[in-house]
Amino acid sequence: MLLISCPNCGPRDETEFHYGGQAHIAYPENPNDLSDREWAEYLFYRENTKGTFAERWVHSTGCRQWFNMLRDTVSYEIHSIYAMGQSRPDITASSPKAEPEKPGEFTQSGDYGQAGEPGLAPGTATAPTSSEGV
Amino acid sequence: MSADHLPEHPDFLWRNPDPKKSYDAVIVGGGGHGLATAYFLAKNHGMTNIAILEKGWLAGGNMARNTTIIRSNYLWDESAAIYEHALKLWEILPEELEYDFLFSQRGVMNLAHTLGDVRESMRRVGANRLNGVDAEWLEPDQVKELCPILNTSDNIRYPVMGATYQPRAGIAKHDHVAWAFARKCDELGVDIIQNCEVTGFIKDGNKVTGVQTTRGTINTEKVGLCAAGHSSVLAEMAGFRLPIQSHPLQALVSELHEPVHPTVVMSNHVHVYVSQAHKGELVMGAGVDSYNGYGQRGSFHVIEEQMAAAVELFPIFARAHVLRTWGGIVDTTLDASPIVGLSPVENMFVNCGWGTGGFKGTPAAGLTFAHTIATGAPHKLNKPFALERFETGALIDEHGAAAVAH
Repeated sequence: MLLISCPNCGPRDETEFHYGGQAHIAYPENPNDLSDREWAEYLFYRENTKGTFAERWVHSTGCRQWFNMLRDTVSYEIHSIYAMGQSRPDITASSPKAEPEKPGEFTQSGDYGQAGEPGLAPGTATAPTSSEGV
Repeated sequence: MSADHLPEHPDFLWRNPDPKKSYDAVIVGGGGHGLATAYFLAKNHGMTNIAILEKGWLAGGNMARNTTIIRSNYLWDESAAIYEHALKLWEILPEELEYDFLFSQRGVMNLAHTLGDVRESMRRVGANRLNGVDAEWLEPDQVKELCPILNTSDNIRYPVMGATYQPRAGIAKHDHVAWAFARKCDELGVDIIQNCEVTGFIKDGNKVTGVQTTRGTINTEKVGLCAAGHSSVLAEMAGFRLPIQSHPLQALVSELHEPVHPTVVMSNHVHVYVSQAHKGELVMGAGVDSYNGYGQRGSFHVIEEQMAAAVELFPIFARAHVLRTWGGIVDTTLDASPIVGLSPVENMFVNCGWGTGGFKGTPAAGLTFAHTIATGAPHKLNKPFALERFETGALIDEHGAAAVAH
């Protein structure tokens, strides 16, 4: 089971969360202008990365907030957790994982805002991370 | 059936040749679908100068990891047609391949636990019958009669309100299926090349002309992809995308028991499917892990939930011990139907997206995919399963409609 550090609630079991698939898919600005192919791409085509993948999760039985995660789809290691609206962090530069020392500590470190808010201001802090459970 | 009915473990059923410089066609993936495709290419289309490239060992991916359920009770016409054709092939293949893979038509039961389930199930029985698929509706007492160890009383969270039953469905020995196809492929001249991972494709414009592998470059006129969970990785190498997400799907077996379970029971609602293998293990599976993954393992709570469901339905399993659990990587599509047909790259063909239910489709996947590769156009059975359906909107939505769980 994954141990996921919710930005608001701290490390919790995977069973408290729901998966939201690939992150950073914007709703097309002008859907009516899209060709069938482009609309199919938006609806049905997602990256299926073998390796580091940016994806969304929601803490459905906790704070019910959405957040983004960078996770390795082979080792299942969680590299980074960051706010909705924040762009994908570059993990190659700062690879050492920073485990939060106390639950809740990192909730101060970024502006995670409300789920579903488009264009949420990016958080400034280094993203909290988590380790994989058994 | 007890262990002494099983044949001896066979020795060498196929050669292990080095790859040739070129082939008329190359199949990527030496699982059930790759083997079946090569077999039908050789048998039906006379293409014997072909190779199967397998990055690991033969049938060591999902072919070794599935729960071997074979059935054809799908809702929609397109699905019923292809899966029923598969079932008919399963019925004749042991003779045709001259190898018994112990296809045991012990029936598959899909339980209904809610009024919604009951209505959906009855609708599916009707649809199945119209499509020539054997299907019956069973009341709870008939369920109990067919499978006495099932708890059909009212004292469980979701009492059994009935079931659909397909008598011709059943299970087979997956390893033996692979060996049966491999042996026949080899006899027909197909090169089965193991430990040969495809690392890239050689293209002339938009036309594939060869594959790069860990065992050198191989020229080929045609390429067929049968790589299940890794289809997206190969497609990316070839320069196109597939509407597929790869997820871990887990299963488990118990230690060996005397025969107690006469059929196959699937429950979509409490979510578990259970059969008893020929040797005596209880074999169980359920749904995929929610997240994308290529790790051939998943999270334990998924196993825990399916065991809880199994114990609820089969109280006598409560003291059975888990022998092992494992995971495979399944290639899911958004309409829970496979993709079998042409690709955006010329002379490259895709067979993928079978998701959690690929084993049962093996013979039909092989037959139709071989036809597609050999003739350059789909067989009538796989025509609706083209990649274009995601653009045209002609989806074959089997989610929840096919007794899904797979």
